[in-house]
Amino acid sequence: MMQDYKYMLDAYAKAGGSPEAFKNSKVAHLVIHQNRVIGKHLVEGLDLKPKETASGIDIHLIVRKGAIIKYPVHLCFGVLPKEGIQEINIRARVEDDSGVKLLAHCVFPNAVRVVHKMNADIEVGNNSYYEYNEVHFHGFEGGVEVIPKAKIRVGNNSRLVTNFSLLKGRVGYFDLDYESEILDNSSLEMTVKIYGYSDDRIKIKEVGRLIGESSRGLIKSRVVVKDNAQSEIINELVASAKNARGHVDCIEVIQGNAKARAIPIVNVTHELAKVTHEAAIGRVSKKQIETLMARGLEEEKAVDLVVSGMLK
Amino acid sequence: MELLRVEKLSLNLEGRQILKDLSLSVKSGTIHSILGPNAAGKSSLAYVLIGCCDYNPQSGKIYFLGKDITGYPTQKRAKIGMTLAWQEPARFEGLTVKDYISVGIKENKPGLVEESLYRVLLEPKDYLDREVDKTLSGGERKRIELAAVFAMRPRLVILDEPDSGIDILALDNIVNMIKELRSQGTTVLLITHREEVSEIADKTSLMCSGFIVEEGTPEEVGKYFKEKCIPCPTHFYPAEKDKEKIKEKK
Repeated sequence: MMQDYKYMLDAYAKAGGSPEAFKNSKVAHLVIHQNRVIGKHLVEGLDLKPKETASGIDIHLIVRKGAIIKYPVHLCFGVLPKEGIQEINIRARVEDDSGVKLLAHCVFPNAVRVVHKMNADIEVGNNSYYEYNEVHFHGFEGGVEVIPKAKIRVGNNSRLVTNFSLLKGRVGYFDLDYESEILDNSSLEMTVKIYGYSDDRIKIKEVGRLIGESSRGLIKSRVVVKDNAQSEIINELVASAKNARGHVDCIEVIQGNAKARAIPIVNVTHELAKVTHEAAIGRVSKKQIETLMARGLEEEKAVDLVVSGMLK
Repeated sequence: MELLRVEKLSLNLEGRQILKDLSLSVKSGTIHSILGPNAAGKSSLAYVLIGCCDYNPQSGKIYFLGKDITGYPTQKRAKIGMTLAWQEPARFEGLTVKDYISVGIKENKPGLVEESLYRVLLEPKDYLDREVDKTLSGGERKRIELAAVFAMRPRLVILDEPDSGIDILALDNIVNMIKELRSQGTTVLLITHREEVSEIADKTSLMCSGFIVEEGTPEEVGKYFKEKCIPCPTHFYPAEKDKEKIKEKK
């Protein structure tokens, strides 16, 4: 167990996480290896009940009314062996007048045949915020299937932020499906950044429903695919309330024989609502590359700089 | 000493002749302006000089410090000391101003990025960590481009319309910065359609319809530009006129 904990934190550090956070008593954390809880620490105002199941963990997370969790809650999910399955079911409730930021690192450093599924059901109350940042670190075999699904409801005067990034190691197969509903004066911001190569397959579907008056939504995707990788992105924003405003922003860069598809869907059903969108697929802009080359960078380094900036 | 020599450069793009046997000589340590109306081919000349991939001349030669660089790729030209500040500089999502300016810096001089921002009237603490993306205004982006050139300290910089998009209050400052480039040893090829900007040059070449029609001091060429070029209908619709016809108008 202790050894697994150490290996998990090593992988966590490689994924860009800061293992020191797990020693800080002010920072809540949860470390899960496959279907075992190997580390847990709570802070006041936060209830976090993990329950081990045959193939993963069920997590019940509650941020109590009026509680603002000062430091991001650190989550580390992983599968260290070459093969395995991990199913994480999260039920999260952020009660009224409260807020929490979560920083989740999902690490599969040795994966040859690993499946990681996440099903999240999240409810954010009134005058509250919920920010979920998820960073993945996969090995270089491409043998990971990542299938995250989330349904999120956000109350009035609240804020939802989700950031997903998978930039280290092979993607493997990735199929994200997030759906959210936003009430009055609340905002939604969902961002996905992924770098796929070899024969990686990427599917992203993000839907935001701006059903509350003066609600706001931004869905943003940045995907780079090269070699024979393929990506398909569906970003949908629905605005059905007075003064609802939204924007869909999708950029995919392709290199080599990669294929990319973007489907922005904008659905407005109220005359005082407005949603805009922009989508671009193509190689890195020639002008960007030539600008950097005119400063002395080799073409390949210039492309890398543009791409790494976009995915930062 | 001659830094840049262009000999009979011709460029055709999509069946249209953009540069026609254009020749030019730029002396080291000077500001040399290329003055001309819109669509004269000034920016195309800049792209050919820096080696942009869609701007390969059909004929002619480019010499830099006596060496034929016509076949050099852009980065090789940059490495020997040439650069270009674009008229409408590219935007870079996720790349900070600090990182962007640092790309071209060769010398290890602390504070050079900050100093270059001061030169273009941008407060470093407000800009260093900002991204060179669409959140910058056109004028801010332009000034950052000039700051990047200043920090790079090239032997030759081609400034393509450095005054466009710059507000009137900052224009004097930009002009001073161009002069400062010269005083630090950088030769400036200043492309502009405004003769009042061209006035800061040591020498001016007037460009029309793809070739140089007049050369001299900024005053001489500026006078010619005002008297002959501005009333000329080809100012708006440069036609496929040959050099002799334009010379006749003189």
